[in-house]
Amino acid sequence: MSTTTYGWLVLAFPLLGTLLIALGYRRLQALPARTAGWIATGAIFLAFLAAVGALISLQGHSPEHRQLVSSLWNYAYTAGINAQMSILVDPLSVFMILVVTGVSTLIHLYSISYMDEDAGFKRFFAYLNFFVFSMLLLVLAGNFLLLIVGWAFVGAASYLLISFWYRRSTATRAGIKAFVINVVGDVGLVLGTYFIFKHTHTLDLLGAFHAVEAGAFGHGTNNGDLVAGCVLLLVGAFAKSAQIPLHTWLPDAMEGPTPVSALIHAATMVTAGVYLIARMHPLFELAPAAQDVGAVIGAATLLIAGTIAVTQTDLKRVIAYSTMSQIGYMIMGVSVGAYAAGLFHLMTHAFFKALLFMAAGSLIGAMGGEQSLEKMGGFRKAMPFTYGCFIIGGLALSGIPPFSGFFSKDEILLVTGERGGWHWALYAIGYIGAFLTALYTFRMIFRAFHGEPVAEARELEGGHLHHPQLPTNPATGEVEDTDVGFPGPVHAIAERATPMRVAMSILALGAAGIGLVQIPKVDFVIDDFLRPSFATSKLYEPHTKDGLLWFGLVLGTVLGLAGIAIAYRVWVARPGTAARVQARLRPLYELFVNKWYFDEAIALLIVRPASAAGRFANDTFERLFVDETLVGGTSGLVRAGSAAVRAAQSGFVRYYAALLVLGVTGVGFYFLLQS
Amino acid sequence: MSIAWYLAVSAIVFCVGAVGVMTRRNPLVVLLCLELMLNGANLALIAFSRMWGNGDGQILALVVMTVAACEVCIGLGMIVAIYRRHLPIDVDELRELQG
Repeated sequence: MSTTTYGWLVLAFPLLGTLLIALGYRRLQALPARTAGWIATGAIFLAFLAAVGALISLQGHSPEHRQLVSSLWNYAYTAGINAQMSILVDPLSVFMILVVTGVSTLIHLYSISYMDEDAGFKRFFAYLNFFVFSMLLLVLAGNFLLLIVGWAFVGAASYLLISFWYRRSTATRAGIKAFVINVVGDVGLVLGTYFIFKHTHTLDLLGAFHAVEAGAFGHGTNNGDLVAGCVLLLVGAFAKSAQIPLHTWLPDAMEGPTPVSALIHAATMVTAGVYLIARMHPLFELAPAAQDVGAVIGAATLLIAGTIAVTQTDLKRVIAYSTMSQIGYMIMGVSVGAYAAGLFHLMTHAFFKALLFMAAGSLIGAMGGEQSLEKMGGFRKAMPFTYGCFIIGGLALSGIPPFSGFFSKDEILLVTGERGGWHWALYAIGYIGAFLTALYTFRMIFRAFHGEPVAEARELEGGHLHHPQLPTNPATGEVEDTDVGFPGPVHAIAERATPMRVAMSILALGAAGIGLVQIPKVDFVIDDFLRPSFATSKLYEPHTKDGLLWFGLVLGTVLGLAGIAIAYRVWVARPGTAARVQARLRPLYELFVNKWYFDEAIALLIVRPASAAGRFANDTFERLFVDETLVGGTSGLVRAGSAAVRAAQSGFVRYYAALLVLGVTGVGFYFLLQS
Repeated sequence: MSIAWYLAVSAIVFCVGAVGVMTRRNPLVVLLCLELMLNGANLALIAFSRMWGNGDGQILALVVMTVAACEVCIGLGMIVAIYRRHLPIDVDELRELQG
C-alpha cells in the first residue's frame, strides 16, 4: 500500500467506529454491555496500526520526497478556489497521528472500565471516536479548508464531551463556554487563512508555503498582511490550546468525564495550536513579529497557569492548569523555532499528562466523585498502583531525570536561550515555571497520598470501596441525576479494573522512558525524523552551545528537586506551613486562588458591555424599528389593502354578473378599436 | 342568406339572456337566462360552421350543450336544496359570501 493509503485508513477507522456505534445503537443493545467500548477501542487501535504503517512506509522514501499529498476528489472548484479532499502525509503529520492514535487507544481502553456503569456508555464512545476522527482530520488536512473543518469538528466534539452529563448545570455551562471560546479561535483561523489566501491564491498547504517562499508577501520579513494573517492564526491556536487570554474554558472543561479530560484536554486537542504553529512555520518565519507574540504569550501562560495551579484545591483543575502551563512551553518552543523540541514535549506531555489524569480518575473513583484536595489524604497504602502512577507522572512532569519531561522541557528552554537578546527573559520564566511545576505537582501528590488517611482511604484499606449515599456535584452541592449517566453508586478504581491498569501501565512506561529517544548529544530520533517537514526552515538546525546545554540540564534538575523538596517540607514535614505562608502573602494568594481574575476581567470587559449593547439594541432597534416599523408597517399595509378589496365582495350575484358583462364588453371594445 | 342575419338573432338572444341574468332575482329564471346566453352563442357557432363548411363549430356547440346540461343539473339541484331549507328563493337574499 502506498503511504497515503495508510493516511486515508487512519481517517477511515475512527469514522467507521463512530458510525457503527451511533447508527447501530439499537443492535448493540442486544449485545454484551461493553461491546460498544471494544468496537471503539478496536477502531482506534486499527487507526494506530495504520499510522505505524504510514510511518514505516514513509521511511522508505528518500528524505527529499517525504511530503506526500493525496486527493480523493474535488471539494469545490470555483472562482479561483481549488479545494480538494486532500491529505498531506509528511513526518510532522505522521508524528501527530502516531501520538493521537496511540494515546487515544489507551484512553479508550481505560474508559471501558471507567464508564462501565454509565447510562450513556455507547453515546460516550460514539463521541470519543468522533473526536479522534476530527483530530486526525485536523492534523492530516492537506489544505486550509480541511484544516478548518477538522478544527471546527474538534471544537464540536469537545463541546459534546464536556457537556456529556447534560443534566449537570455546571457541565452544560462549561460546554457552552468552551464552544464559544473555540469559535472565537475558529474565526481567527478563518480570517488568518483569508489573509494568506489573498496573496498566495491557493488553499493547498504546500502550494501556499511554496508561494510564500517564492515571495508572495515580498522578500523581506514582517509584511503587514502576513503578520496579520499569522497573528490571526495565533488567535485560533490560543483558543484551542488554552493560552492567555482565551484559556478560561479549559479549567471549566474538567466538568466532563475524566477520560475526556485525559484525551481532549491534555493529550490531543489542546496541542492543536502547537501543531498549527509548527505546520505554518514557513509563514511564521517570515513574520518574526507574530512569532514574538506567540513566544511571549506562551511564556506568560506557563508562568500564570503555574502560579494558579499552586493554589487550586480541585484535583482535576490543578492538572488542568498544569496542562495550560505545559502547553505554554510548547507554544513558546514552536514560536522561537524549537519545533522538534516543542513537538517532542507535546509527545512526552501526552504520555505523562494522560497518565496523571487517569490516575486522578482512579483517585476520584475512590473518593466517590469528590475532587477536592482538602478532603483527600493518606491514599498511599490504599491505592499503591495509583500512587505509583502519580509519582511517575509527577516526576516526568517536574522534569526529573531520566523521566521523559526532563529531556523535552529543557530542550525547549535551551533553544529559547540560544536565540539570545530578550529571549533570555523567556528562558528565565521557563525555569521559574519548571520550579512551580514541581511544586504544584508534588503538592497535589503529597496532599492526596500522604498524611493521615481520610475515612475513604481507611475504608479502601479495609477492602471496601467508598460509596456516597447521594452523589452530589462537587462544585454546587446539588444532587446528581444518575438516570442519564452520572456515575452514581458504582465507580471504578485502577486497582480493581484490568483495562484501566493496563492502559495506565503502558502510559507509565512511556512517561518514564519515552524521553530516551532524544537525549542531547546521544541520539536525535525526533530531530532526524521531523527534519524533512522543516527542510526550508532557517531555525530548525540546532547550534548547541555546550556550556548552556549542561547549565540548563543541571538547573532544570536542581529546580525540579527543589520544588519537590519544598513541597515535601510544606505539606508533609510541617503541615501548618502552607497556612502561615498564605496568611503572610495574602494579596498574592488571593490573586492566584482567583485565577488572576481572568474570568472577572473577561466578564467586565467583554461580556457585560456586549450584553448591555444587546439589551440596548433590543429595546430600541428591535422593538421600535424592526417590530413596530418594519413588521407592523408591512402587516398594516396588507391589512388596509385587503380591507379596500374586500368592499368589492358584496355577495350580490347580479352585481358580479353585471361587472363581468361590463368587463368583457370593455375588453371586446378595446380589441375592436385596436384592430 | 347572409351570415349577418344569423349573427343578429344570436346577438339578440344573447343580450336578452344577459339582461335577464342581471335583472331577474328568481334563481330559476336566472338559470333560464343563462341557457339563453349559451344557446345564443351556440347559434353563432353553428352559423360560422356553415359559413366555413366544416364541422368544428358544430362540435363546439355540442360541447357547450353538454356543459349547459351539467350546469342546469347543478343549478336545479341547488335551487331544490335552497327550497328544502326554507331559504328565500331570491339571489339578492342569498349573499352569505360577501367579504
